[in-house]
Amino acid sequence: MRMNNFLLLPIIIPFFFGIILMFGQKNLKYQRSFALLGIGLALISALSLLIKVKNDGIQKVTFGDWPVPYGITMVSDMVSALLVTTTLLIAIFVVWYGFGSITKERERFFYYPGIMFILTGVNGAFTTGDIFNLFVFFEVLLMASYLLIVLGGEKGQLKGSIKYILINVISSALFVITVAFLYSVVGTLNMADIAVKIADINQPGIVTVIAVLFLMVFGLKAAIFPLYFWLPTSYAAAPIPVLTLFGALLTKVGIYAITRTYTLFFVHDLSYTHDLLMALAVATIIAGCIGALAYHDVKLIIIYNIVIAVGVILFGVSQMNEIALKGAMFYLIHDMLIKAALFMLIGIVIYITGTSDLRKMGGLMNKYPALGWFYLIAAFGLAGIPPLSGFVGKLLIAQGGFEAGSNWSSIFILASSLLVLLSVIRIFLYAFWGEEKETTGTVDKKVYHTLFMPTVILVLITVAYGVGSEWITPFMDDAAKLLSDPSIYIDAVLKED
Amino acid sequence: MKINDVILRTVTKTVVFIILTLGIYLFFAGHHAPGGGFIGGLVLASGIVLLYLAYDIETVHKGMPFDFKKVAALGVLLATGTAIGSLFFDAPFLTQTHSYINVPIFGKMGFSTVTIFEAGVALTVVGVVVTIILSISEDE
Repeated sequence: MRMNNFLLLPIIIPFFFGIILMFGQKNLKYQRSFALLGIGLALISALSLLIKVKNDGIQKVTFGDWPVPYGITMVSDMVSALLVTTTLLIAIFVVWYGFGSITKERERFFYYPGIMFILTGVNGAFTTGDIFNLFVFFEVLLMASYLLIVLGGEKGQLKGSIKYILINVISSALFVITVAFLYSVVGTLNMADIAVKIADINQPGIVTVIAVLFLMVFGLKAAIFPLYFWLPTSYAAAPIPVLTLFGALLTKVGIYAITRTYTLFFVHDLSYTHDLLMALAVATIIAGCIGALAYHDVKLIIIYNIVIAVGVILFGVSQMNEIALKGAMFYLIHDMLIKAALFMLIGIVIYITGTSDLRKMGGLMNKYPALGWFYLIAAFGLAGIPPLSGFVGKLLIAQGGFEAGSNWSSIFILASSLLVLLSVIRIFLYAFWGEEKETTGTVDKKVYHTLFMPTVILVLITVAYGVGSEWITPFMDDAAKLLSDPSIYIDAVLKED
Repeated sequence: MKINDVILRTVTKTVVFIILTLGIYLFFAGHHAPGGGFIGGLVLASGIVLLYLAYDIETVHKGMPFDFKKVAALGVLLATGTAIGSLFFDAPFLTQTHSYINVPIFGKMGFSTVTIFEAGVALTVVGVVVTIILSISEDE
């Protein structure tokens, strides 16, 4: 019997470095270099894990050498390996970007440990194979995010964080209640075992109720339609690197949890659960589009674009066929990368102009042509113009939608791209074109380059993701196969080795 | 008028020892009886908080010159250390091991790596509780 602790490295390494960074709190050089080193090492192990999962299939380890349904199992399949790798890839750029953007006082007060712990939580949530362990990792990442959102103690941050913490405390309590319900019905916490037990009893009404409760819990984290109200004001309060991390990672953990539960557990009453999910996904897109077009604040425009993307991905999940699930995976990874890039870009714009109000900006194209063009590329990528990164995902989602017979909503998904494009092009038109306006921000060349370099590389990665989708397709195929056929996951976890 | 708190301080001197002993008892009892790292750590922390109540912060700090944030970090390091240790013995993460050793006076005793893990938990709890109390009290 071969033990396989390797898949834990992307979780343990950030955690370990987070603890190490608790010491030597005032030493900036130490904090910065060790934070980068930790994420770098974790990224390397995540990449090799991705290759290992591709070659050898699903990896798992059960803590403490207990037999499978009794111990906590960590499972790394293609879905989680891809998400873990993307998470760490984004984190490295966010930390680099933070060198120019985050204030020294914040850096000295556990900013880097906060980032490390948030990565621990996110990677753990992506990798765990136990529903209660998922809750624990949710709390790990939420605690760290509470620190990061309030760190600095500005008035807006305090206001935003109260809302954020309240909502998340309530949703965590709901999560515990829902797990308790599920445990009382099936009597197990291991995800693969739950899936088997639900299939055995053929999903009676109570399990469908639990499915909807899970949708509420994870929907609060992922910001789906009636439950997204907390997100814009809370996120807008955080400083740009923190906002980037939140926007790129946190809602995606909720999406992942919905995807996992709705493709593994609750697959026996599709006409109710998945139709509900589809209706909510479409409503989420509408709400996001309205928000993205309504505001003149660059932060809020991109934040509402998160909501739109949540809807698009969950629409793909709700179709439950292999093509749409593949599209959802493509779009999920794309969206993590592009949202990070966009937040970093508008962070630079805000740094240059000293305001986040579009109407006070203008004419940046003269002085910062490179920034302008890279913003345009990222905006086109977000809208899904071929050959950029958003194209393949949305194409596959729409194709899957047509195949599943939801024609009108698929057409709606395609049409919503136009509104997405309009919302981000508005930033381009206002901020980069037109007459040059007086800027209140003071631009330091060195800081500007620290901000610009990681952003450009991230934009180029998104371009490579779109242009090179041929190379990524085999990974996505594996992920989609796994999501559309729960027995692969169940067999891999429960079988004796 | 200066308040005379000689009774509080005298009682504290005696009671703190009882509380700390109880905390350590609870910590070691955890494997076979109710107790363990978390509750043991809480009781230890409550002893320290009692000291802070009876004396002022500077006096207690002279006796216990720890940065409690680092105590908490050390605790987490200890707990994950035992978990990571299992990696080097080719066992799954968090595998615990135990053995019986003949100790001169006490005779045959069981030792387990869970105790180190729990010691980490206890240190973390002490560190976190005292940090919270101190940060609130020092706030102007």
